[in-house]
Amino acid sequence: MRDYRMMVKAYEEAGGTPSIFKDPKTAHLVVNQNSVLGSRSTDGLTLAAREKEGGIDVDLRVDEGIRVANPVHLCFGILPKEGRQEIKLNALIKNGAETTILAHCVFPNPLKVQHIMDATYVLEDRAALKYEEVHYHGLTGGIEVIPRTRIRVGKHASIRTNFTLIRGRVGRLDIDYQAEADENGIIEMVAKVYGHGEDEIRIRESGRLFGRGARGLIKSRIAVREMAQSEVISEIAASAPDARGHVDCVEVVQGEAKAKAVPLVSVLHENAQVTHEAAIGRVNQKELETLMSRGLKEEEAVELIIGGMLK
Amino acid sequence: MLKIENLNIRKDDRVILREIGLAVNSHEIYGILGPNGAGKSSLAYAIMGCNGYRPYQGKIIFDGEEITDLPIWERARLGITLAWQHEARFEGITVEDYLMLGMKKVEGGELVEALKNVLLDPKEYLKRKVDKTLSGGERKRIELAAIFTMRPRLAILDEPDSGIDMLALDRIIEFIRDLRDRGTTVILITHRADVARIAKRAALIGEGYLVREGSSQEVVEYFENRCLVCPQFR
Repeated sequence: MRDYRMMVKAYEEAGGTPSIFKDPKTAHLVVNQNSVLGSRSTDGLTLAAREKEGGIDVDLRVDEGIRVANPVHLCFGILPKEGRQEIKLNALIKNGAETTILAHCVFPNPLKVQHIMDATYVLEDRAALKYEEVHYHGLTGGIEVIPRTRIRVGKHASIRTNFTLIRGRVGRLDIDYQAEADENGIIEMVAKVYGHGEDEIRIRESGRLFGRGARGLIKSRIAVREMAQSEVISEIAASAPDARGHVDCVEVVQGEAKAKAVPLVSVLHENAQVTHEAAIGRVNQKELETLMSRGLKEEEAVELIIGGMLK
Repeated sequence: MLKIENLNIRKDDRVILREIGLAVNSHEIYGILGPNGAGKSSLAYAIMGCNGYRPYQGKIIFDGEEITDLPIWERARLGITLAWQHEARFEGITVEDYLMLGMKKVEGGELVEALKNVLLDPKEYLKRKVDKTLSGGERKRIELAAIFTMRPRLAILDEPDSGIDMLALDRIIEFIRDLRDRGTTVILITHRADVARIAKRAALIGEGYLVREGSSQEVVEYFENRCLVCPQFR
């Protein structure tokens, strides 16, 4: 019980609203390291978590046609300074079902912490999922985050993911998301990360549009400062008629930081189209001088521009 | 209020402003006229203190204080600002936030009034982002609204008429007059003679030189009929 209270408190300090864990109409799961501290399913939505040696298995299922009113809250964290968390998550969103998942990952004092997520999302036809993952890491930087996600989007189904890590130190982040979309399916994957110190950021997001009329967007907004490094690989392959994809990557570099962007676009059908745009470098001089002409100092203007980009 | 003495600016090994000298009085609208590429925007950037537009010779004096070496933000805090001809876009920053940037005291009514003054509906625009979803004309008007909320002592308006449709042009001219009536001195940069006529006095810039200075009527007439460095007479 003490761990549960501490976890909820850490979640609250990271900006969460703890009252949602008491709401009987809101499904949730609270995990500290590899211990399940609390969970709740709701009508038409089953959320089951099992502890196993060295990790946790989570099954999430939304029944056919169910539109889940309140977002599902997943709260993962490691409160001690050292520890390893490994979560295997299998989600099945049945035909025509819709839900939103808000995953809060709270690691307030990491010195030697590892968070590994191995997730599979299957969206059946006309299903819809919004998945928002927000990390708060504290300022010590001793953390590795390794999320691996495989997504299958059915006909006329859609998934929108949003990964945000802009508070605290990143540590080492190695994202690997791979998604594929069938006919008129939609994939949108957005990542926003702010690296400091000696943080290492590696993001690989890939979308395969194999169904007629499938749509894909991979968008990343990365800021790195001091000695931080980032590498973003954004890949879209369109292999069906009327499939459309777009890759949009912006990386802002300050100080001694280094950034690399690799857009990989491929078109394997004459009626498919994929576009990409990427901008890497210092904060845009025009933006900077515009804000400075309103009286902001250079550092204030840079923070405002980066803050807006990561918002 | 503003005095420019023998200003010379070089950019990429080319002299773009030569021996510019002029004086702008408090509470006047002062026109800067000239053909494209004459150096009008370069003069605006030099007054604002933009990177790459620092003079290798000459002085800029504001209210008796030399500001030639001051950074942009210090000039802004003295009360100088610039409405850019090609405005920057900002991801994630709302119109509301943008309008509040230079305000000394934030008042919601002021934001609403500023947007109405440039014919934008506050209900629609306050929460919109100042990003690429705005059209060129919308962005231009928001830039002018931001000047209104900042209440600067000296506003340099770099071609506020570009990208504005004819119907809105009268309103923009009215806006510039309102700005002056609220106590802001305006440097109005334009290549349109009809817009320049609202200025009391004006200067004509051509090929980096100040070609002529005088009443706006006189300078406009010279620009339209006799300017030998202007392309229409070549």
